[in-house]
Order: sequence, then structure tokens, then C-alpha cells
Amino acid sequence: MNVLNFVQAFFSDGAHWHGYDGIPQRLLEHVQYSLLALALAAAIGLPVGLLTGHTGRGGNALAFIATAARALPSFGLLVLIVIVLGFGLLPVMIPLVILAVPPILVTTYEAVRSVDPSPVDAARGMGVRESRILFQVELPVALPLILSGLRSAAIQIVSTATIAAYVSLGGLGRYIVDGLYQRDYEKVVGGATLVAVLALVTLAVFWAAGRLAVSPGVRRR
Amino acid sequence: MNLDRFFDIPSDLQHSWAGLIGLHLREALLPVLAGLLLALPLAQLCVRFRWLYPPVLGVTTVLYAVPSLAFFVVLIDYTGQTELTVMIPLAVYSLVVLVPAIVDGVRSVPQETLAAATAMGIGPVRRYLQVQLPIAVPAIMAGLRVATVSSISLVSVGALIGNQGALGNLLAAAQKYDRPELALNSVLTTAALAIVCDALLVLLRVALTPWMPSGRRPKTAPRQRPVPQGVTR
Repeated sequence: MNVLNFVQAFFSDGAHWHGYDGIPQRLLEHVQYSLLALALAAAIGLPVGLLTGHTGRGGNALAFIATAARALPSFGLLVLIVIVLGFGLLPVMIPLVILAVPPILVTTYEAVRSVDPSPVDAARGMGVRESRILFQVELPVALPLILSGLRSAAIQIVSTATIAAYVSLGGLGRYIVDGLYQRDYEKVVGGATLVAVLALVTLAVFWAAGRLAVSPGVRRR
Repeated sequence: MNLDRFFDIPSDLQHSWAGLIGLHLREALLPVLAGLLLALPLAQLCVRFRWLYPPVLGVTTVLYAVPSLAFFVVLIDYTGQTELTVMIPLAVYSLVVLVPAIVDGVRSVPQETLAAATAMGIGPVRRYLQVQLPIAVPAIMAGLRVATVSSISLVSVGALIGNQGALGNLLAAAQKYDRPELALNSVLTTAALAIVCDALLVLLRVALTPWMPSGRRPKTAPRQRPVPQGVTR
């Protein structure tokens, strides 16, 4: 197994564990980019999704925006923005956020909209204010689906944040891009393995978040 | 930015603008087709043998997380700097999106419908082809739309492994010749292709499911797992 040999060679090389190009440093950078992009995307997608899902209006406009955002190629966008704006963190964040907003937005909208209407009507009949209906009735029931939207956005960000290396930033993509130009497959495979492992860790984090945050009554269904 | 030269493609790309579009569509859509052909039997196995589904989901999630560029570079070792090197990872990503979509679609077929089909004397193969698959069409098409759009946008990354990115090659040319309008051309054309293909798939779904009100899903539709959305990397 060619690939497994590469993986083993990459991780057993002591030089890959220290300094500015060491695994801990690159991992930290990758996590930082990913968290920042996810936070920005959630700050845009969650409120809009919750509001449109609650009112049930604007679904078509939302679907259109999501389709348009999904159609934009991240890599092309990155190159274009770098040519126009120059290097930096912003050119990396724009494609990552555009990538992550559609799944968060659409899933949140669908999640809130597909909440069983009877408890919502009951709450409204009892005179509960709309904002409390949204946060205390609809949100807890919709939470598993909302988390799944955030999760798929997070996984895509983690695997796409590798493009940051293409515009001279750090992160795990450094190994993949440097390895490509140095014809050093060991580095490429090692970097890819790290990204895949980080994605699995992301899955585990979301699973744990679901266990903690989702009410037992909702989870049992 | 010199927009007058928007369609002036450098000759080293060896294709006209229309030629690049054709190349891009071939590199993006063939893998989706291959992914669909592989996903149908695999999904059927997962429906038939329930224990198979969780491990399949696990493996596909890991494959999905491998960045496309790394996938390309590793494959160069086996398939060289060819179109195939770009198309294999795209087929894998399509497969990953399509399998859960098909499994959930086929599983969402109500038991009564299946029982009715069996009672009418329809055998398992015909029941699958004429009852289960048509009812699963909306879910499958939702998966196909995501797979197609992401495949179209991922082809561009192939530019990094030696001019295998079709419209993505314009990005490299834009940097090499300092012509930003070529990068703009690449992004806009790719996005337009994705939107057109997406719209065609929506039309196809409407044509395949004449019993459904066109446009939006009925409120009583069975709850579907959301398929991963947009894999642009």
C-alpha cells in the first residue's frame, strides 16, 4: 500500500513535529481559519434562516440565493479576489463564508419550517410572544436539523480551508500545496490525512454538541 | 481589468471559450453520471442490508473530507496528469452525496405503497424500478443537483495539476499574463454553467414527477435527511 507508506513516513519524521511548519502549528492555524469562517457564516445564515423559517416567507428567494452561492466556485473566487484585493486573510474568508452560508441557511429554514405546527399554535393560543415561540418552541425541536446543517458546513470549511495555502497563508493546506510543487507526495498524503482526521474530529464534536444541547424529548423521536 | 479582452483566450490553452465550456461540462458531468451508476446499486444494497448503511456512511464521510487538491495529487501517481485524475475524485464526491440521498429516498416510500404493489403481483425487481425509484425521484434529484453543482465548481481546481481544469485554466492564465478579466470570465462562466445545469435538473424532476405540484414540495412530504449542500472547494 503506497499511500499508507507515505502516511507512516510523514508522521514518523520528527522534522514534521516542530517549528513554524510543524504539525501542531499548522493544525492550530487550520482550526483558527475554520472556526472564524464558520462563525462568520453562522452569524449570517442562522438569524436569516430562523427568521424566514419562522415566518415561512421568502423560501423561494432563499433557495435562489443558496443556489447562486453554491454555484460560485471557491477556488476561482479565491484567485479572482486575490488578483483584485491582494493577499491576506480576507480573500480566504470570502470564499469560505460563501461556501458555508447555503447549507446553514437552507437547513435552518427547512428545520424551523418543518416543526410540527400544533405545539406552535398551542403556544400562540396561550399568548406566548413570537420571539419566545421561536426560541423556546421551534428552536429546540429544530435543533437536530440545524446542527446537521452547521455540521456539513463545518466539514466543507475544514476541507476547503486548504486553499488558504494557495495564497501564502498557513494551515494544513501548506503541506498539500508545498508537496505538490516539491513533488513530495509524502507531504501531500500527510496533509490530506490530517485534514480528513480533523473532519472526523469535527463530526465527533457535533455529535457531542447534539448530545448536550438537544433535549432528550426531541432526541428520542 | 480590460473587459474588451474578456473572451480573448490565450492560445496556450488550446481551446476557444466555447471549447473550454464543452471540456468543462465533460469533465464535470461524466463523473456525476459514473457516481450515479455506482450509487444506485450501492444504495440498494444499503436499503436491503440495513447493517451496511452506517459503515458505508462512515467511509463516504471520510472520503468526502479529503480535499480535492490532495486527491488529485495522489492520483497523479497512478493516472498521470490527465483528465481522468480530475474525474475520479469528482466521481467519488458525487457518490458520497448520492448514496445517502438515494437510500433516504427509497426508504421514505410508505410501507402501504410497497404492500399494495406486492398485492398486485409485482415482483421485487419491477417493484424497485416502477414503484420505489419513481417515488424516490425528488430525493435523488436533490442529491444530483448538489453533486452536479459541486462537480462543476471543483473541476477548476484541476488547473493546479497541469492545465486539467478546463475553465479553471483561465485562472492560471489570468495570473500568468496579469489579466484579471480572465479570472472573472472563469468564475462567471463556471457559475452560469452550474446554475443552468441546476435549472435543467429541476425541470427534469418536474417532468419525472408529474404527480407533484411543480415548484415546491407538499407540506406533508416525508421528512428527508438534508443532503450535504455545495461542495465547492
